Amino acid sequence: MENAPETPTTPRSVSRRQFIQGVIAAGVTASTATYLYRGSGSVLSKSSLAGSTERLITINVNGQARHVDVMKQETLATTLRYKLGLAGTKLGCDRSECGACTVLIDDVPRYSCSVLTHTVRDGKVITIEGLAAPDGKLHPVQQAVVDHQAFQCAFCMSGFIMATAGYLKTNPNPTRAQLAHGISGNLCRCADYNKILNAMMHAGELMRRT
Amino acid sequence: MALIHDVMPAFELFQPVTVADTLALLDKYKKSAWVLAGGMDTFDWLKDRNKRPEIVVDISGVKEIRGVQATSDGGIEIGAGTILSEVVQHPLVKDKYPILTQAAEVVASPQIRAQGTLGGNVSQDTRCWYYRGGWACYRAGGNICYADTPSAINREHAIFDADRCVAVNPSDTAPALIALDAKMVIRSVEGERMVDAEKFFIGPALDITRMTVLQPGELLTAIRIPATWAGASFYFEKVRERQVWDFPIVNVAAVFVVSDGKIERSRIAVNAVAAHPMRLTSVEAAIAGKPRNEETAKLGGERAIQGAKPLAHNEYKIPLMRNLVKRAIRGQTA
Repeated sequence: MENAPETPTTPRSVSRRQFIQGVIAAGVTASTATYLYRGSGSVLSKSSLAGSTERLITINVNGQARHVDVMKQETLATTLRYKLGLAGTKLGCDRSECGACTVLIDDVPRYSCSVLTHTVRDGKVITIEGLAAPDGKLHPVQQAVVDHQAFQCAFCMSGFIMATAGYLKTNPNPTRAQLAHGISGNLCRCADYNKILNAMMHAGELMRRT
Repeated sequence: MALIHDVMPAFELFQPVTVADTLALLDKYKKSAWVLAGGMDTFDWLKDRNKRPEIVVDISGVKEIRGVQATSDGGIEIGAGTILSEVVQHPLVKDKYPILTQAAEVVASPQIRAQGTLGGNVSQDTRCWYYRGGWACYRAGGNICYADTPSAINREHAIFDADRCVAVNPSDTAPALIALDAKMVIRSVEGERMVDAEKFFIGPALDITRMTVLQPGELLTAIRIPATWAGASFYFEKVRERQVWDFPIVNVAAVFVVSDGKIERSRIAVNAVAAHPMRLTSVEAAIAGKPRNEETAKLGGERAIQGAKPLAHNEYKIPLMRNLVKRAIRGQTA
């Protein structure tokens, strides 16, 4: 396990948004307790078998080793948003049907609502928060989105950006049709697809230039 | 159904890294164990609280059952845990059995193909929304079929082999594997058995609560495709409402060996018309020895739909299936 320097994740002053996040996280913890003690106690006590899992794990998120207490049934989206405070990853449908929660796992776009956090212990997770360079320079896909003002409400934006960033790694110079197919696992309720594709085609150009 | 934005109910999670450990766990916990590979079918069930396994055995870390290899008889073996996008990109598959490449390519969405496995795609449960919505239907252990009542919406349901339950098998790769005469390798602590792809899938008449022959304690570990049909003439087509995510309304997979302009032998399978993918042996027999032309296609198409029984809202599936079989025999793409 690498010991990357851990930046403090909680700033000294607590904003309203972070306070609300804290309350939500507390809610998750409280409901966990009821799940744990509901009926299956006999099963939960047996954990010395091959392949049994521990709750305290380390996952690599945006280049940092993050130590986190993860329930067995917890999805990556839940861990990212409510345990690690990375609320840039959005939860739309929570059923692998909209793509808003798309993150990169080992450079591959995946629906974080439908990945158990325990399955990515060996992987590298990149979320929208980790896409820009350390000096704050936007990723070409982010820059293209800003340049083109590609989104309306932008709830789907993080997912689209991650899906595009992942796809352009496998096909840096796609046709418009190829790109549309490549990021077809994401939905936009504003139906802003043309503008999104304009921006994402431009993102490809920016990436080829750098 | 209500959408619940909350964590799934608790289960105990095991993450074995070998087949032996997996089988030991499945044997120990039998019916209370749930095998999780990509999870693309699983999580809906768990999130909706319609299935509540106590034990989840995550096999995504078992490397033995992942990957594509050439076999000594000239065919290939695909580990059941191989991700669909790996199947799509694999040169051996593309080279010998492009029909499977095509079938895997049209499954769901890019993200789902990057996580869902071939074994999961063939073992997935039906999409009947009454059943998946948690209604206590025959398939869920009750004594009614909600999809076959006078007011039921059953556009996507079965036109063949309904027996109380009218659900269909939604797999895209299943008909391709049947057309290729694949063998499913199933292991348990007792040993290994091999089942023809055609016999792997079962209908409600045989067991109304399961889609495959897999029993508790068993694990599908590999899919072997014999050399028999390598390099044959292939046809695959899937019809769906929208071009991403959607399950087939009907799909068809067919392989032909043509010599001297005549169909020497063929295997044709369709899916999403019954609770199991259907191999059309009567069509294969009818078109054997005939030229691959419009007339033969018409004959095959008409033969394919013999015995079809529509429900209130799915009569359109009959001409759809007929035309897909016709197109497969003609060998023309849309």
